[in-house]
Amino acid sequence: MPTTETFYEVMRRQGITRRSFIKFCSLTATALGLGPSFAGKIAHAMETKPRTPVLWLHGLECTCCSESFIRSAHPLVSDVVLSMISLDYDDLIMASAGHQAEAILEEITHKYKGNYILAVEGNPPLNQDGMSCIIGGRPFVEQLQEVAKDCKAIIAWGSCASWGCVQAARPNPTQATPVDQVIRDKPIIKVPGCPPIAEVMTGVLTYMLTFERVPKLDRQGRPVMFYGQRIHDKCYRRPHFDAGQFVEEWDDEAARKGYCLYKMGCKGPTTYNACSTVRWNDGVSFPIQSGHGCIGCSEDGFWDKGSFYQHVTDTHAFGVEANADKVGLGAVGVVGAAIGAHAAYSAIHRAKQQDNQPSDASPAGDDR
Amino acid sequence: MTVTANPTPHQTRSPNGFSLNNSGQRVVVDPVTRIEGHMRCEVNLDENNVIRNAVSTGTMWRGLEVILHGRDPRDAWAFTERICGVCTGTHALTSVRAVEDALGIPIPENANSIRNIMQLTLQAQDHLVHFYHLHALDWVDVVAALKADPKATAALAQSISNWPMSSPGYFRDVQSRIKRFVESGQLGPFMNGYWGNPAYKLPPEADLMAVAHYLEALDFQKEIVKIHTIYGGKNPHPNWLVGGMPCAINVDDVGAVGAVNMERLNLVSSIIDRTIAFIDQVYIPDLLAIASFYKDWTYGGGLSGQAVLSYGDIPDHANDDSPENLLLPRGAIVNGDLSKIHEVDLRDPDQIQEFVDHSWFRYDDESKGLHPWDGVTVPHYALGPNAQGSATKIDAVDEGAKYSWIKAPRWRGHAMEVGPLARYVIGYAQGNPEFKEPVDKVLTDLGLPLNALFSTLGRTAARGLEASWAAHKMRYFQDKLMANIKAGDTATANTDDWEPRRWPKRAKGVGTTEAPRGALGHWVVIEKGKIANYQAVVPTTWNGSPRDPQGNIGAFEAALLNTPLAKPDEPLEILRTLHSFDPCLACATHVMAPDGEEMTRVKVR
Repeated sequence: MPTTETFYEVMRRQGITRRSFIKFCSLTATALGLGPSFAGKIAHAMETKPRTPVLWLHGLECTCCSESFIRSAHPLVSDVVLSMISLDYDDLIMASAGHQAEAILEEITHKYKGNYILAVEGNPPLNQDGMSCIIGGRPFVEQLQEVAKDCKAIIAWGSCASWGCVQAARPNPTQATPVDQVIRDKPIIKVPGCPPIAEVMTGVLTYMLTFERVPKLDRQGRPVMFYGQRIHDKCYRRPHFDAGQFVEEWDDEAARKGYCLYKMGCKGPTTYNACSTVRWNDGVSFPIQSGHGCIGCSEDGFWDKGSFYQHVTDTHAFGVEANADKVGLGAVGVVGAAIGAHAAYSAIHRAKQQDNQPSDASPAGDDR
Repeated sequence: MTVTANPTPHQTRSPNGFSLNNSGQRVVVDPVTRIEGHMRCEVNLDENNVIRNAVSTGTMWRGLEVILHGRDPRDAWAFTERICGVCTGTHALTSVRAVEDALGIPIPENANSIRNIMQLTLQAQDHLVHFYHLHALDWVDVVAALKADPKATAALAQSISNWPMSSPGYFRDVQSRIKRFVESGQLGPFMNGYWGNPAYKLPPEADLMAVAHYLEALDFQKEIVKIHTIYGGKNPHPNWLVGGMPCAINVDDVGAVGAVNMERLNLVSSIIDRTIAFIDQVYIPDLLAIASFYKDWTYGGGLSGQAVLSYGDIPDHANDDSPENLLLPRGAIVNGDLSKIHEVDLRDPDQIQEFVDHSWFRYDDESKGLHPWDGVTVPHYALGPNAQGSATKIDAVDEGAKYSWIKAPRWRGHAMEVGPLARYVIGYAQGNPEFKEPVDKVLTDLGLPLNALFSTLGRTAARGLEASWAAHKMRYFQDKLMANIKAGDTATANTDDWEPRRWPKRAKGVGTTEAPRGALGHWVVIEKGKIANYQAVVPTTWNGSPRDPQGNIGAFEAALLNTPLAKPDEPLEILRTLHSFDPCLACATHVMAPDGEEMTRVKVR
């Protein structure tokens, strides 16, 4: 077997000093929300391990997840692909095609049996005998099941793989089906969003490579480190919500002053994601900062919860919030709350939540 | 992969002038990779391994139009944006234009400028990513780059560009990184590539330069899209708004930090400068250098010299979609007559029609086409009598019957090519110096006649020229935005008709853009405040079209014909020509069934 190059060797070879390497490890630990003591662990892992094969399959999707992934600024996606993982199959960027491409799946699933990661973008449609998504002349769902069989873990990229997303919106004409309803015997890490944030994607991946374990997941299968809090909880416009200062109409005085977008339909209060903290595209902005409410794209079934511009009291969305709270707290639902009541509730709720550990570690939490 | 010869070989000539012969060895490429979405291609080769029949099959469909039925038209941009995450934003823009057209909503001048900047940002970034990450490996042999002399590579790079990262040491570092990568035995995305294929023509130094820029472009492309993040909040899939743009402008007052302010505008401006520099100093010189080694590879013209279509885009002023106001040209050329540019009317039921007799859909009368206003999409997946394999394990499709999830759109009955080359051919034919001069310069620099434009390489070159054009136009519209703000106009949205109670009971609208891959149109019918019908005809539906009832072949199929393969088992030349169109299959095949269709289910264990 040819020699394999560790991440540390790659960095040293590029003229990066040991000191810089250790600094990188500390930064990575910080970025992942881990204490400084983890820097040593990261360094050790990167010094000793060959690159883990990743097989990235595409079902019914729009490729926004891949496009997001290549936007990653830290780590740079070129470093991820050349130095951290071995991206052996990804029909978006791979050089080979046709049967030479399919032969790679055969080879890697055998050679690295039980030791490769399956990344899934999109989902399998089950109508039309599965033939509304055809790969190599066969239904995508067959390819998915074959590659899943011997993988170590599955990353379900984006809302398509996690929940179904737009093609599964009513009436879901192709019967597009999320990955966890097709594969039931593997740990599945859901990284929802349409698409997920680039650095969240690479953050989840590097976490798994570094610590050789599945990140802590909530009951719905999402990593709590990035999906443990609502956008509303950390929104920089939150003080305007609490003060009752709202945008009433597009481009009004309040919009120009950066007031809260709640009345314009913002779904930040019911959406679990890292947009208001990690932000988008190397931290440049996020939807609310650029004047449009959150559309809730990381939530299950977000397409079917009424117009994006109806504010959440007009819909049953507070019920959703209650459900989301129940997941974390087992609290009673708060239904039909007026805005002021919601603000008061939120303050109490936040106080309560301070020492609340998002409770539901994955059943596969220590899988490796 | 090859399959046995067709049991019923025949030779024919398509009405649009292409000789087809399916008697020879059949080569199948499935999946076609380095594209958006899923696609299959089958060709027949003659005894000299020249392609004599080509069959392109869209192998996915999702059904957004049906999903849109009954929704709030103000939400449609978000749904249709998810047709495609590669050309992200262009469907959303097309959608808000269609809804504004239906409801008669004018938008502020600033919103027009910001939308144009976002659309041009997409053109620049998407073309760059296409060239380096989806297309370059058809021309560049990564493994051969290991044999390059870094000093000679630096000399080559410095001879064609002022780009600063061009020292021998720099190229030596890149080369050693690739060397160690290859020696690790884990080739990642370069595994099983067609390295060493005789169709690769570059000297190793050009290979190494291109590989270095593959990596640089991968790092740089993420900078360009930050413009979407500033104005639209995120990328992929930024936010849009019916009536304008959601990003309020505030450059003077309290709260400016929560809006588009001076710092944000400066950031956009800086990104534009860097984008222009990268495209003009890296992308364009690489394109010309690579092209200079492939001048003899003249294949792939297909429909480009005879039938091209563009709807036009980038309105200089808001709320005026007359051709004179559009900076990208509108028009159609047919029968190879570049002296006559036809008017295109998207509302005329006789101009754009879609046919399905070779598509996995059903019409009552499949000899006729339907205008998108009257569009029907009923799925009917079935293979023809000469197909090989089974319904769920296709060895070969039967192109005499239904064989694709893509419909066949036609303009006045003609199969058309759309995309950057179509836009440049029309712009050139109009004598517009913005398109004619760069084309003439490239042809002169390479010592090629005008005919050379109608080829795979011409398509790839037009895309590069357009990326540069787009980057410079970003500067134009950003300056225009600043001037307008300076003049005291900071409006970004028109909310007069935001509320559905102000809308007519029934309204029809059409919206268009020139997406990176070509002409894109959305047709919407609104009834009682909800979407009653929504149809999209997208660029890859045009280019990837299957045959129509008359037997006209589409742009992909036409372009593949008569191309020799150096090694039939390595479909390098097929990929090269298909990639020159930048296929986007999620776009092309999103159409879906109305309810009522009985569908079988796969058992999941």
